Amino acid sequence: MLSKRIVPCLDVRNRIVTKGVKFQNNIDLGDPIEMAVRYSDGGADELVFYDITASAERRSIDIGMVEEIGKVVHIPFAVGGGIENLDDMYKVLLAGAEKVSVNSLAVKNPAIIGEGARIFGSQCIVLGMDPVRADDPKKFPSGYEITTRGFRERTGMDALDWAKRAQDLGVGEIVVNSVDADGTRDGFELPLTKLIATNVGIPVVASGGAGTPQHLIDVFQKAHADAAIVASMTHTGDYTIGQIKEVLDAAGVPVRKKW
Amino acid sequence: MIAIVDYKAGNLTSVKLALEHLGVDGAITRDPAVIEGAERVIFPGDGAAASAMEHLNELGLVAPLKKVVDKGTPVLGICLGTQVICDHSDEDGGVDCMGLLPGRVKRFNPPDQLCKIPQMGWNTMRFKRKHPLFEGIEDDSEFYFIHSYYPVPADMAFIMGETEYADATFASAVGNGNLFATQFHPERSGRIGMRLLKNFTEWDGSC
Repeated sequence: MLSKRIVPCLDVRNRIVTKGVKFQNNIDLGDPIEMAVRYSDGGADELVFYDITASAERRSIDIGMVEEIGKVVHIPFAVGGGIENLDDMYKVLLAGAEKVSVNSLAVKNPAIIGEGARIFGSQCIVLGMDPVRADDPKKFPSGYEITTRGFRERTGMDALDWAKRAQDLGVGEIVVNSVDADGTRDGFELPLTKLIATNVGIPVVASGGAGTPQHLIDVFQKAHADAAIVASMTHTGDYTIGQIKEVLDAAGVPVRKKW
Repeated sequence: MIAIVDYKAGNLTSVKLALEHLGVDGAITRDPAVIEGAERVIFPGDGAAASAMEHLNELGLVAPLKKVVDKGTPVLGICLGTQVICDHSDEDGGVDCMGLLPGRVKRFNPPDQLCKIPQMGWNTMRFKRKHPLFEGIEDDSEFYFIHSYYPVPADMAFIMGETEYADATFASAVGNGNLFATQFHPERSGRIGMRLLKNFTEWDGSC
């Protein structure tokens, strides 16, 4: 049976892994290469790296770091942040990443995800989206509006509309990162995850809010996520991936148990 | 030296990096002479069957690949590589493929929207036969898959391992003599995938 994936997300700033709450007040946590090896050896099913300051600093993604990760990690990993064009996508994939994640770029230029999927294959183009709760059912029937640039800009786009459109354009997977839940460790935004996961035919990765193994059980069993992002709860050492998987396994969630 | 066949079909870097990690010399190449002269050949690939076949024809790589299979060079197909070695794929409205392994390629038919296509992630493989490439690997180990289509060998004897997804129990590893191919990505399947690759780098092509 296909396992539910547990995917540590490493936000990287100047080659240091950092974590904030709702995209703010970041604290430094460690070296991305060392953490990548630790996670890979410890049973993580996949890894995601975001170069979180690349776009704010108007520079391209740190390819040197991607190359170093590719040399030491032999599980799939995705890279995002500061992807500006097809050439950036190509560089990231050529450096050894399995997938490239686009977010703000796709909102600005939706056609580029279609082009990326056509050239590199759907399986390696991931759409990251940052929806926030929105109380305007006319404008946002799903109840969520897409934001970009780490919640700094609202787009006027409905979250479910955008997910369906991205699927039609050819992305292979969608990471749904709740702005409201990000970094809170209070649990995933279940209604949002469920809405997207049950209305698209491609895999959906839930992101934002993981604090306990029960949160992951909920997002898999109640919201039908295919994968879940963890960050604070494992970065700080409160839980290991192995401990989380033990609890999930006992609850009947299919997880990869040998690595 | 192991030739990693480059036919503009996806990411070859992770294969090369995995070989480097094993201390084995791998060369990404589209040169027929290099492929024919290699001790072993890895035939990877991501993407769609039609464009893969177009590129293989354009680059003149079909005949050299047939030649290496015929002369007994150990060959490892991966993912799309495993599909285009079959006779025919249903992808892109139907595509004639290389015919190195008798069989067809079919698409998953998901029972509902909650069963996502592509299959993306870790799934178990049950051994159907003993094979030198399975040495040191436990039955029902998990490997990393990303695919919407899967190979259906013409003869059950070619099925080395099986996996279940959507409506199918499909051949996740196939083999015939010196040819072996996996639908999963051993180069991205952690320690267990690395073991399979290591076994390939030491395999003489006999079963």
